[in-house]
Amino acid sequence: MASTAITADTAPVFHLEEEHAHAEGGSTMLGFWLYLMSDCLIFAMLFAAFGVLGGNYAAGPAPKDLFDLGLVAVNTTMLLLSSITYGFAMLTMDKGRIGATQAWLVVTILFGLAFLSIELYEFAHMIHEGATPQRSAFLSSFFTLVGTHGLHVTFGIVWMVTLMVQVARHGLIEANRRRLMCLSMFWHFLDVVWIGVFTFVYLMGMLR
Amino acid sequence: MPETLTKFIFGRLTLDSLPLHEPIVVGTFIVVALGGVAVLGAITYFKLWGYLWREWFTSVDHKKIGIMYMALGLVMLLRGFSDAIMMRLQQAIAFNGSEGYLNAHHYDQIFTAHGVIMIFFVAMPFVTGLMNFVVPLQIGARDVSFPFLNNFSFWMTVGGAILVMASLFVGEFARTGWLAYPPLSGINYSPDVGVDYYIWALQVAGVGTTLSGINLICTIIKMRAPGMTMMRMPIFTWTSLCTNVLIVASFPVLTAVLTLLALDRYVGTNFFTNDFGGNPMMYVNLIWIWGHPEVYILILPLFGVFSEVTSTFSGKRLFGYTSMVYATVVITILSYLVWLHHFFTMGSGASVNSFFGITTMIISIPTGAKIFNWLFTMYRGRIRFELPMMWTVAFMLTFTVGGMTGVLLAVPPADFVLHNSLFLIAHFHNVIIGGVLFGLFAGIAYWWPKAFGFKLDPFWGKVSFWCWVLGFWFAFMPLYILGLMGVTRRMRVFDDPSLQIWFVIAAFGAVLIACGIAAFLVQIFVSIRKRAELVDVTGDPWDGRTLEWSTSSPPPAYNFAFTPVIRDNDAWWDMKKAGYRRPLSGFKPIHMPSNTGTGVILAVFSVALGFGLIWYMWWLAALSFVCLIATAIGHTFNYHRDFDVPAAEVAQTEEARTTLLAAQS
Repeated sequence: MASTAITADTAPVFHLEEEHAHAEGGSTMLGFWLYLMSDCLIFAMLFAAFGVLGGNYAAGPAPKDLFDLGLVAVNTTMLLLSSITYGFAMLTMDKGRIGATQAWLVVTILFGLAFLSIELYEFAHMIHEGATPQRSAFLSSFFTLVGTHGLHVTFGIVWMVTLMVQVARHGLIEANRRRLMCLSMFWHFLDVVWIGVFTFVYLMGMLR
Repeated sequence: MPETLTKFIFGRLTLDSLPLHEPIVVGTFIVVALGGVAVLGAITYFKLWGYLWREWFTSVDHKKIGIMYMALGLVMLLRGFSDAIMMRLQQAIAFNGSEGYLNAHHYDQIFTAHGVIMIFFVAMPFVTGLMNFVVPLQIGARDVSFPFLNNFSFWMTVGGAILVMASLFVGEFARTGWLAYPPLSGINYSPDVGVDYYIWALQVAGVGTTLSGINLICTIIKMRAPGMTMMRMPIFTWTSLCTNVLIVASFPVLTAVLTLLALDRYVGTNFFTNDFGGNPMMYVNLIWIWGHPEVYILILPLFGVFSEVTSTFSGKRLFGYTSMVYATVVITILSYLVWLHHFFTMGSGASVNSFFGITTMIISIPTGAKIFNWLFTMYRGRIRFELPMMWTVAFMLTFTVGGMTGVLLAVPPADFVLHNSLFLIAHFHNVIIGGVLFGLFAGIAYWWPKAFGFKLDPFWGKVSFWCWVLGFWFAFMPLYILGLMGVTRRMRVFDDPSLQIWFVIAAFGAVLIACGIAAFLVQIFVSIRKRAELVDVTGDPWDGRTLEWSTSSPPPAYNFAFTPVIRDNDAWWDMKKAGYRRPLSGFKPIHMPSNTGTGVILAVFSVALGFGLIWYMWWLAALSFVCLIATAIGHTFNYHRDFDVPAAEVAQTEEARTTLLAAQS
């Protein structure tokens, strides 16, 4: 039943006898990395816009008038802790412990919500003081950069809830592990972006 | 109360938004509506809806998606070209006090729509379609890495095209030029819906383009058949890889910059405004950081097409394969280092302008290397002047001229004279028509038999070829001359009567191109009628060299009954020389992805979201956004996305081909 081409060891091989299965989801990690890099480019543009416009206060408030570094430090801690707890979720996932994985995901979501709440409080406070996105190009680029990051975190939380439902329904099957892995990369990516925001926007803003 | 209710439901859409006072638009609408009703009626009459939905719209087969992309590009070409010939006619008659037949409001929309449509909805779908169809076949894969994503990407592109088309009849399109520079595109100077149509059409289509770029990169990196190392990939696959890298690394920039423009218009932020610290020139910088790679996104795959065609029709291995690969990669990298040459006149200073002038000139080196590689491939080859080869030769002659005028424009002092003149218009049409479009026609003629199992009629193809080539030269050489005389772009009326003759010649050229397009459509029609005569049973009508010619025409859904093993460049040529024989037994079940309608549904919601945002129908925008997210999440709950084609079915398909081949010989 072998193909006609292969009659002896010396004969050239033109095709595989067995079905050459590309493992399901074999490209997913690469594809997700590429997506993350394309998202990173969007953040790069927002950082660039902030770099160009960050000093254009239009006689309005400047970072020193607005930023409360203590609050931002707490906020940064929330996000960093959420990354650590997501890491724990992945470690328990590797051991196949569904309950522990779900629990760590809940903790991660709580830290994420804490981060978002503090950010929204900060925004509300600034807007209340008249530092609206419309006030100056500095504030336009500030709100857009930080807000886009916040939207990503929001989306990450929606995604995490979805995955928790799926893990509850199907367990830690291969497809779900892959999905948790993608979200893990997404979540840590947001952490890295936030480090940039914290340094570039808040810390360096205070030095301007 | 009713008035607030109407305002809530329809936003700023009123009966006055319909351009009933523009007889030309009304006429167009009647023609399009009649045509549309006829097509829809015919589909209903012949009961084709189910077939189209099952076999095409929901298909995740990369070949069908590729063909649908091509169909979209062709339809939009007709729209984009209508805009072009209207402009040519206007400029040819608007002399000696005549206002022509287009008012300024309409004319400005036309030149904007022409640019947007030709780049985003003609060139991009054609190029993406070609890559989609050919790349998996060339690398011996069964499909792309993410088949559902591929279907979704296509429908998002269609969604963008629908929004642009809707702007013709509901409201209006942008009057800003195809890149919508602020502050003109800001809310103060463009308060109406035109720029919003522009923004949301491009955002919707842009999602599709970015995802399809990621998809094809993964496909090329991960799905190659065993033995196909990077340096054994066909050149078209190489140029596709580079193009998709460019897409993924540049379209997010467009997404970001259009988002900022949208925020300026919707929220009142100050990114690109004139006051409160905004900086309009930042928009120009950012959009060209996308825009320059974009022109290489368009041309690189066609360089691949020319490489395949030259090598096949010269009966020789491509000259300088390695240098071709390196030239492509160098162009990919350099394309990010030249964006500022689009606005030397911004006033960045001599040093900055020199840097970008020099990098621009350097790009001509790898491009020149490619031209020489093609010439040396032809040298001492046994050249067959079939249609694809004719397009290739016309490309080499035409594109070289366009390349050289590009180098002229790269000299900053010269650019200060030629900036925004018709010389520039002539230059980029010279490279886009002479490069991208000629390449697409070469590619279509070359791979049509693979897609449909019969060749295109050569006679009408040659008619189309000569009309296009001559039409191009008649239409754009006068613009070079006018540009040198100082005529700027986007003018509606002219004072100097001595210029008219050049515009008349250009209009004649446009009419020739119209004949070229008509002949192309006739060619397709005639070829379908004469498909029995033009049939190709072998699957290898041109004595091809790459893997796609090793399978049947059209290929089965699974592409290859057995995964091929690659031993050399020009894999199929090597197989033919080494005494390959088709395997006739031992078939195994093949794992394939299932069709899904989710892509269509997501695109419908995206269009509704865009439409709601454009017309300030906030309820519609919110509703469709929620539906969009819910559908996307719902889709992830479906874990059964593929199935096995039984071995018996594979055997049956292959047996049918064996019978056909036997009947022919």
